[in-house]
Amino acid sequence: MDALLGEYLPILIFIGIAVGLGLILILAAAVAAPSDPDPEKVSAYECGFNAFDDARMKFDVRFYLVSILFIIFDLEVAFLFPWAVAFPTMTDTAFWSMMVFLGVLTVGFAYEWKKGALDWE
Amino acid sequence: MTAADLNVILPELLLAIFAMGALLGGVYTGKDRVAPLVLWATAAVFVAFALWIGVTGTGSRTAFNGMVVDDAFARFAKVMILVSAAAVLLMSEGYMERRGILRFEYPVLVVLAVIGMMLMVSAGDLIALYMALELQSLALYVVASLRRDSAKSTEAGLKYFILGALSSGMLLYGASLTYGFAGTTSFAGIIEAVRATEDLPLGLLFGLVFLITGFAFKVSAVPFHMWTPDVYEGSPTPVTAFFATAPKVAAMGLFARVMHDAFGGATGDWQQVVALLSVASMFLGAIAAIGQRNIKRLMAYSSIAHMGFALMGLAAGTAFGVQAMLIYMAIYVTMNVGTFAFILAMEKDGQPVTDIRSLQMYSKREPLKALAVLVLMFSLAGVPPLVGFFGKFYVLRAAYDAGLAWLAVAGVIASVIGAYYYLRIVFFMYFGEDREGIDGGMPPVLWGALMASAAVMVLGVVNLFGIEGVAAAAAAALVN
Repeated sequence: MDALLGEYLPILIFIGIAVGLGLILILAAAVAAPSDPDPEKVSAYECGFNAFDDARMKFDVRFYLVSILFIIFDLEVAFLFPWAVAFPTMTDTAFWSMMVFLGVLTVGFAYEWKKGALDWE
Repeated sequence: MTAADLNVILPELLLAIFAMGALLGGVYTGKDRVAPLVLWATAAVFVAFALWIGVTGTGSRTAFNGMVVDDAFARFAKVMILVSAAAVLLMSEGYMERRGILRFEYPVLVVLAVIGMMLMVSAGDLIALYMALELQSLALYVVASLRRDSAKSTEAGLKYFILGALSSGMLLYGASLTYGFAGTTSFAGIIEAVRATEDLPLGLLFGLVFLITGFAFKVSAVPFHMWTPDVYEGSPTPVTAFFATAPKVAAMGLFARVMHDAFGGATGDWQQVVALLSVASMFLGAIAAIGQRNIKRLMAYSSIAHMGFALMGLAAGTAFGVQAMLIYMAIYVTMNVGTFAFILAMEKDGQPVTDIRSLQMYSKREPLKALAVLVLMFSLAGVPPLVGFFGKFYVLRAAYDAGLAWLAVAGVIASVIGAYYYLRIVFFMYFGEDREGIDGGMPPVLWGALMASAAVMVLGVVNLFGIEGVAAAAAAALVN
């Protein structure tokens, strides 16, 4: 039983350090940091918009376009990482599957570029 | 993955390459100016692939460890999907051109949707199923809102997207429960787990019901039909025609595939659910259409009712039931192509007209076309000498043979109620008061589609063009 609990000791230490460090940082900010609040600093951060406002406002559709295009390539990278890590033990099938995937994405990229989706103005 | 695997999905692969080629070719040359060219090329490719699949395909093959199945059932559905998609594409050209919404992306999106549909009917695994379904749906959401500056069209796209996402969620939940309790995602493995026990485990039963819910959304069966009238009304008419044909075939094919390939040992469990969907769809489709004046909404309720009849064939749970369903879908698609060819030509001073009262006394000005529409309406209603009657006859017999006499009786009653609104259109055309509701002209493609469809409805009574034997072979490949 003791041996079993002993295996969990590192976790206990880890929890202790996490709680302790968190408390120290919060308390240090309250005690030591200079306090000079203004409305911009204390309001919640929301990129480009007021955090509390009417949700039915006009919104430039180009933001959506950029974020959608971003997501695709974000995903591409997410798929590429595990693929790259497994590269030494990879079969031909796995290699060419990713090449086909990248090729299809490139077709989409060439389309959106030529179509003008990347031009802000 | 070997060459043999890729060979099984060769049609889909080539279509995908064609779609990407058309996309790049279009965007690097004349953009929307080459749209008619892309559209005609796409339709030609569809017809060529339908011939290829229909003529050369033999036997049953699987690929990617059972992920994809290519059998007679899949080929029957694929030919139907390709031919109806080609017909609708050709019909849409003139209409879209006149309204300035003929973009070269439209045929490309249709190709992508068709690839999804072809994979749907040959899915052999829950993951392949979901991927195919999403490929189809995502392309369809976009074409629903093709007319970007129209509030109705964007509303249709958004509604379709939100309800489609909801149904995808249900389907995924069902798929994950099925996976959890069967221990595998492949249909071959699921049916083993189903057959291993006397009673279906509760978790698997829940999975089955959630899967059926997802499919019912896609085939727009009551009570999951609520998106259909709004999407049909709001989408541009050629897109509505597309929605009413190929995706319905694909969704029905997928439905039958999962029920028989994955849950074949539990017929009693899904039979009652499908029978309920069927009877509810038939009655709601028949009754709710009575008050409709808009012909697109009317066709939406009509398609709900027809899906009810097709589901009756599936509810029988036998090979004959699947055969009846396939025959019914083939007839339904043919009738709808003809009817939508007529609806696409309903115009007054260059503006599309959708009010059925505008058809008053149409027979006096255009006797031939009025006669063709009369034949189609009678066929849709299931009036005996026409082909539409044989479709209904087959599913009713399948239900009766399977011991579902009550369902067959309900089907006959619903079909009598539904006849009212089809006959009302005929009544307007022949007996209404004359008021020049729509113009007379009709582009040759639409005229050809209308006349061909009406001719099939009359000439098909001889032997249904031999579709019976092919459908029987397809059903035998699925149910064993």
